[in-house]
Amino acid sequence: MPELLQFLLSGITVGAVYALVALGFTIIYNASDVVNFAQGEFVMLGGMITFFAHAAGLPLPLAALIAIIATAAIGVALNKLAIEPARGAPVVSLIIITIGASIFIRGATQLIFDKQLHRFPAFSGDQPILIGGATILPQSLWVIAGALAIFFCLWLFFTRTLIGRAVLATANNRIAAQLVGINTNYVMTLSFAMSAAIGALAGVLVTPITLTGYDVGLALALKGFAAAMLGGMGNPKGALVGGLLLGVLEAMTAGYISSQYKDAAAFVVILAVLFAMPQGLFGRKSTDRV
Amino acid sequence: MSLLQIEGLGIDFGGLRAVHDVGFSLKPGEIVSVIGPNGAGKTTLFNMISGVYAPGRGRVVLEGEDVTRMPPHLLARRGLSRTFQNLQIFQSMSVLENAIAGHHLHERGSVFADLFSLPASRRRSKASEESARVLLERVGLGRAAEQEAGSLSYGALKRLEIARALALKPRVLLLDEPAAGCNAVETEEIDHLIAKVAAEGVSILLVEHDMKMVMRISNHIVVLDHGEKIAEGEPAAIARNPRVIEAYLGAQATEVQNADG
Repeated sequence: MPELLQFLLSGITVGAVYALVALGFTIIYNASDVVNFAQGEFVMLGGMITFFAHAAGLPLPLAALIAIIATAAIGVALNKLAIEPARGAPVVSLIIITIGASIFIRGATQLIFDKQLHRFPAFSGDQPILIGGATILPQSLWVIAGALAIFFCLWLFFTRTLIGRAVLATANNRIAAQLVGINTNYVMTLSFAMSAAIGALAGVLVTPITLTGYDVGLALALKGFAAAMLGGMGNPKGALVGGLLLGVLEAMTAGYISSQYKDAAAFVVILAVLFAMPQGLFGRKSTDRV
Repeated sequence: MSLLQIEGLGIDFGGLRAVHDVGFSLKPGEIVSVIGPNGAGKTTLFNMISGVYAPGRGRVVLEGEDVTRMPPHLLARRGLSRTFQNLQIFQSMSVLENAIAGHHLHERGSVFADLFSLPASRRRSKASEESARVLLERVGLGRAAEQEAGSLSYGALKRLEIARALALKPRVLLLDEPAAGCNAVETEEIDHLIAKVAAEGVSILLVEHDMKMVMRISNHIVVLDHGEKIAEGEPAAIARNPRVIEAYLGAQATEVQNADG
């Protein structure tokens, strides 16, 4: 029994990271139908910039704040320099642009920083907490709390605020959004900034557990994308549930079968779910007017 | 003084001269129709006035201010709103939400009031919802308020688009074929609606193929052919204008008329 609990706890920790990446996907997807494959690089940048700012002598909270703001600025630059000039291009082209951007960011990080793996200290020490025979790191609680807090804030943002609904309106019909006075360029810029900031926050939270390096973004983007698809692309609740589910699935496979099969098992389940429910668990069924 | 003034507006698509040197003006409460055969440049003209296309030549002046090449969302804030021939509706929102979206321009409040759902924020949402419902009643969609917009018929969506445009409380309203796809009863309803809106002082610029409707409600008609203005005047004068008849029916008509006369 403690074994099961242990797998569950580590699954939820990993799942919370996936959920944070998936939530980042959700925002940009909601505003533009674009799946931003540079989302993983935002996570990487959050960890890397925090590490180097911390190593330069800044206190950790300040270093983290700088990393989040800098990554948000990079997100805005990505939109202004790569996405906005290609406006009117099909969504697939825009997605390919984000893949290019992610390769670029990875390369630039290698040059500007280095190719080593890095870690900075956990926020509340490394003393494991005992829960019913299983243990969990205090940092894991930070990650889980972070994912829940971001989810809650996003939910409020999209359902309660005018600007949040402007984002949804822009996604639904850009021209109609402009007609009712929404500045759709601003909406796009804002959603890239928010996505990047959330990605960076995930990087800050997770680096003490998983370490960071210039190339950690790719795997995270892939898992976060899978989580978002599983939950239903564009739905914050789907991103959260999809992320946690994927994390737990992986942990269970690694624990009970073999850690070599954990990725495969997770993807088999995702394929099975998408086969039965192509819109994901919480996705809205889409119908096109012909 | 005119509310909206169009001066020498023109645009080329590659080598094609889509619209050339078109000018006219709208006074408050006036209904001006733009007519012309298919491909005459009516919708292109609309797209330039409403900021969807950037005109190559000429000026658009709204209430004495040059608004040429201003993006649509800023024009909406300045009181120019429009509908599209091929519908621009928030398909996956409800009919009511579509109408409410038009009101948001006039909602002002802090993000924090919204986040914590403070009374001020709730009052604002409620006021928006109520006036949205009034507008839906006005266009005859009161009972469809809760339906998903995508499930409505083409004619109903046309009226929803008008309701959303009216929610912006525009000074100038551009309607691109509001009666297309509507049956006779619906066309008459839209007819009355347009006349009533104009009577409240809103200037209306109309593109419409239903000539009976155009002749009935317009104060002034501008005729385009091959991107150029070929005539302009009162409905009765336009109906008799030989160049207009020629543009619509081809050269034979003039010959027939000449032969008859």
